Amino acid sequence: MRSLFINPVLNKEFKLRLRSVKSFLGILFYLLVLGAIALGFLYITSVANQSGYFRPEESRGMFIVLSMVQLGLILFMTPGLTAGVISGERERQTLNMLLTTQQSSTSIVISKLVSSLSFLLLMIVSSLPIYSIVFLFGGVSPSALASTFGIYLLTMLGIGSIGVMCSTIFRKTIVAMITTYGIALFLTAGTGFLMIFILNAFMVGNPNQATNPLPYFTVMTNPAVVLFTVFEPNAKGELLQRAGIEFPLWLSFSISYLLIAFTAIAVSVKKLRPNMRAGKSSKGNPSS
Amino acid sequence: MIEILNLTKKYGSFTALDNLNLNIEKGTVFGFVGPNGAGKSTTFSILATLLAPTEGTAYINGFDVTRDPKKVRRHIGYMPDFFGVYDQLKASEYLDFYGASYGLGPAERSALIPQLLELVNLSHKKDSYVDVLSRGMKQRLCLARCLIHDPEVLILDEPASGLDPRARIEMRDILKELKAMGKTIVISSHILPELAEMCDELGVIENGQLVATGTVSAIHQKLKANKVLNVTVLDGLEKAIGFFEDDPKVTAVQLDEKEERAFHFAYNGTEREQTELLEKAIHNGIHVLNFSEEKTDLEDIFLEITKGDE
Repeated sequence: MRSLFINPVLNKEFKLRLRSVKSFLGILFYLLVLGAIALGFLYITSVANQSGYFRPEESRGMFIVLSMVQLGLILFMTPGLTAGVISGERERQTLNMLLTTQQSSTSIVISKLVSSLSFLLLMIVSSLPIYSIVFLFGGVSPSALASTFGIYLLTMLGIGSIGVMCSTIFRKTIVAMITTYGIALFLTAGTGFLMIFILNAFMVGNPNQATNPLPYFTVMTNPAVVLFTVFEPNAKGELLQRAGIEFPLWLSFSISYLLIAFTAIAVSVKKLRPNMRAGKSSKGNPSS
Repeated sequence: MIEILNLTKKYGSFTALDNLNLNIEKGTVFGFVGPNGAGKSTTFSILATLLAPTEGTAYINGFDVTRDPKKVRRHIGYMPDFFGVYDQLKASEYLDFYGASYGLGPAERSALIPQLLELVNLSHKKDSYVDVLSRGMKQRLCLARCLIHDPEVLILDEPASGLDPRARIEMRDILKELKAMGKTIVISSHILPELAEMCDELGVIENGQLVATGTVSAIHQKLKANKVLNVTVLDGLEKAIGFFEDDPKVTAVQLDEKEERAFHFAYNGTEREQTELLEKAIHNGIHVLNFSEEKTDLEDIFLEITKGDE
């Protein structure tokens, strides 16, 4: 198990990533965006209430805005960081040499994923000082903060694994990236719209339909909705009530994303190297 | 050491490799020659466990590439025809990464890397970033990478392609050294004279089929049944041409464009018959100044057997 995480591919990835100026520029711009939003929020709120001070309730609003923006940034950056990890090696013509070493496919795939997610984690951790502004003013419980970061981690793991899977399946990084962005968009905006559509189509103005589990199943893979229910417990209660499901939404979300990650990693491991016996059973298939 | 059995690779209706059979003994340097698209790289990819065959299989050191690819990888060092390097990685770090990927411990790697860099004449570049090395240096570094786990078999796909003459000579010298170390080397190249110098055996591949295999001289014999003989006479050119044209084993007599007393013809007789032909000519009063076989190098043979297929 140790060799899966502490291995040459992971060491090399860390070394290459941290030697690149692009990585530091990435963190810089990430923090600039978050910082600008936090300071902008402070300024606008102070101007709007014309009091010159900041109430705990407003601090909570800032936390929600910052958390949603951070989730947006994670959803935007994860495909970019993961969808090129294998196809990029293929395009740089380094993959074949890596595949002829003794490194197992599992080790290569997990190392690539862990290194990309570690960089994302570094970005998130480096944003904590900006979050500390919220704690300066109060209004947010530590459990809300923990839940928020838990959702971030699961989102990174799920979308990141999909990125690595697409990178393994598709030969070109651009195709892998577009596909991963498409899937991420569907899991967020797509399922959000589907939920609204289902609620409007089947539930609003239909007194006969007391409960319908469809909206629940639709949004249980949507990190934005799950994050929102962390801040607004009433919204969560209403969703559960309308769905007629008692099972906590965060738990469904966690299970879904762990399953997505496991499946995507398993597919990546299977597809990374050719099945040397496959050609014989499927004559005439062009090999990848 | 390497046994290829009925190896076939098809892409839809296109057959890249057609029932290839080959046996390469331990310690042999085997050269694969053929035009582009003949199936050399496909064969190498299958041997390197990077491509699944449609039919047949290959054994390396007794391990089946289709059944035991992981064990095969331990015994081979593979150098692809086109390869890239990682940016931001130094030459010594590059070798260290691959050494670790082959499961070598830190102490072993530290001892091996300077030796390998020395072998490929790159000791002075150990702290240089690999992406700034010249093409020849990258090729040599890649060769050092192939050797890091001390494999018995080296599969080198066009290791000299794109190199300038000096870099080619350096690469050839390193390969000679590896041959002396007893490695079994399978190598492909378009530079046939160079390949012939190093290889114990050659295999000529065309359209996915092995056209000829054996030692360089055996292939020469097999593929070059018709030799070209040059004749220069002191006088009586027409009489001489008439005499040689009468011989049933002589065909295509042509006058030399540069030398007015010379002509050449194709001859498919044995060496003994060739000497008898000369004796007969002299007995018939033909004043022969020069009677010699036109030297054909491997490049000519290669062009002849693969003509029109590139």
